[in-house]
Amino acid sequence: MKRIWAWGALIFGLLYFFLPLIGMTNFSLKMRRGEYSFDAYARVLADPKFQETFGFSVMMALFTILFGILLIVPTAYWVRLKMPGLRPYIEFITLLPLVIPAIVIVFGYIRLYNTSSWLPLTGTIMGTNVLLVFGYATLALPYMYRAVDTGLRTIDVTTLTEAAQSLGAGWVTILSRIILPNVLVAVLSGAFLTFAIVIGEFTMAALLNRPAFGPYMQLLGANRAYEPAALAVIAFGITWACMGLIQLVTRFSKHTRAQR
Amino acid sequence: MPSDKSSMPAATVPVTARRNFPLHWLGVLPFLIFVTLFLIMPTMKIVLGAFQTPDGTLTLDNIRGLFTPSIMAAYWISIKISLASALLGCIIGFAMSAAIVLGGLPQWIRGPLLTFSGVASNFAGVPLAFAFLATLGPVGMLTVFLKSELGLDLRLLGFNLLSFWGLTLTYLFFQIPLMVLIITPAIDGLKREWREAAEILGATGPQYWRMVAFPILFPSLLGTLALLFANAFGAVATAIALTGSSLNIVPILLFAQIRGDVLGDPHLGYALAFGMIVITGIANTIYIWLRARSERWLK
Repeated sequence: MKRIWAWGALIFGLLYFFLPLIGMTNFSLKMRRGEYSFDAYARVLADPKFQETFGFSVMMALFTILFGILLIVPTAYWVRLKMPGLRPYIEFITLLPLVIPAIVIVFGYIRLYNTSSWLPLTGTIMGTNVLLVFGYATLALPYMYRAVDTGLRTIDVTTLTEAAQSLGAGWVTILSRIILPNVLVAVLSGAFLTFAIVIGEFTMAALLNRPAFGPYMQLLGANRAYEPAALAVIAFGITWACMGLIQLVTRFSKHTRAQR
Repeated sequence: MPSDKSSMPAATVPVTARRNFPLHWLGVLPFLIFVTLFLIMPTMKIVLGAFQTPDGTLTLDNIRGLFTPSIMAAYWISIKISLASALLGCIIGFAMSAAIVLGGLPQWIRGPLLTFSGVASNFAGVPLAFAFLATLGPVGMLTVFLKSELGLDLRLLGFNLLSFWGLTLTYLFFQIPLMVLIITPAIDGLKREWREAAEILGATGPQYWRMVAFPILFPSLLGTLALLFANAFGAVATAIALTGSSLNIVPILLFAQIRGDVLGDPHLGYALAFGMIVITGIANTIYIWLRARSERWLK
């Protein structure tokens, strides 16, 4: 009896999840009348706008990851090493982007950093790109900080630091050659998650008027029939790849640790 | 944390009496500057703007301006969609978690299901809307199938993807997996001894659930409900890609307001955004508070 209920719940859930995925795949293959084809994919991939916007979003994601690592690894490390009392407060701050909707944050950016303000970031293309990277870094903050902090928990920060210091290492050396390699798996997990979030992000890019992949998808969705489904399949593939890579690096690290 | 701090040389151990205390703050300064500039100040700008007139004097008129029928209707339908998708997400997600943890299903199902939940809970935004349009839209796979094979016309039955139920159904795609991810550890935490103790005392299955398991899980359930609510309430991209601007919900209204001042009053836009912060803020406070409570039992 219990098992019947369990199977029922599971099958209901799986049906609910797989129907849309099958639906979008099926639809994306039906561009040619009467037979299945990859026409929609070919059309999408050949679109110069697709290449431009996708490339732009990949660049934004990479910069966000780089900036996030540079900002968060030293901070989380420093808090663990020198100011453990500050940890609950920092953690609270990093959770705020989950509380404040992205649309509100970007609304604030537009009002705060417009051309007539003290820091006119939205005045130039470069400035707007920087602002977008900062916005994405803010969105990724809860995930990135948590990942790095969890990684730091598994190593003995104090001893490692003292050992490095007694061998004459400076702060930069300690961070880049001792701490970062030790929490690399955690950093990579955070990085892949950041990539998955940034690559299809719509709200911030659209409101800051940047030619990112998210707004491109939305525009295509409003004007075309089959291409959006192909894009959805591609986007799902990217999300899946990012999550798969997280699993992979985590498993890989467990493997190396077990060998010791 | 190592406990042998006392044997360490004093040079690296922070001693409160030492004068270099302010230097420690330099280490977290970049982070504090960043969050102040790009998280706190933008939010404060919105919050303050909600209580100011265009020339800067304090006022409650903007907040009062929210209580017009069209804006109230937008909040109301947003709250209804968020609540419906959060409730259904909780129920279905809980059923699935309970099925894999307690239902006696084969062990190998658990890993893939949790991985898939990780993917699906992140598969939101524009592509998710496309997936549902391709499935339940006017010419979607399921719509066509039901019509041609079973003679069920969804449109005649009153179903429309660009509506309350359509949006709720779409949001469930990321709500259910999020619930599965959060509640599975909580269900794992139910100790076998509690069940055995209850059975020895003569409790039936439903009694065990009603009087032991459910009260223990209750904070987690309610907390996750609040989190799912906030999650749906702040979702912009899915709604815009799915409905364009045909559905009058708060995120879409705010998006249009930022783009082109559709309300005709910039400071009413601030108030609209402030209302969103208040609602997601309340929901998240409930979540954080209840999660702290539930962790007491589930260690």
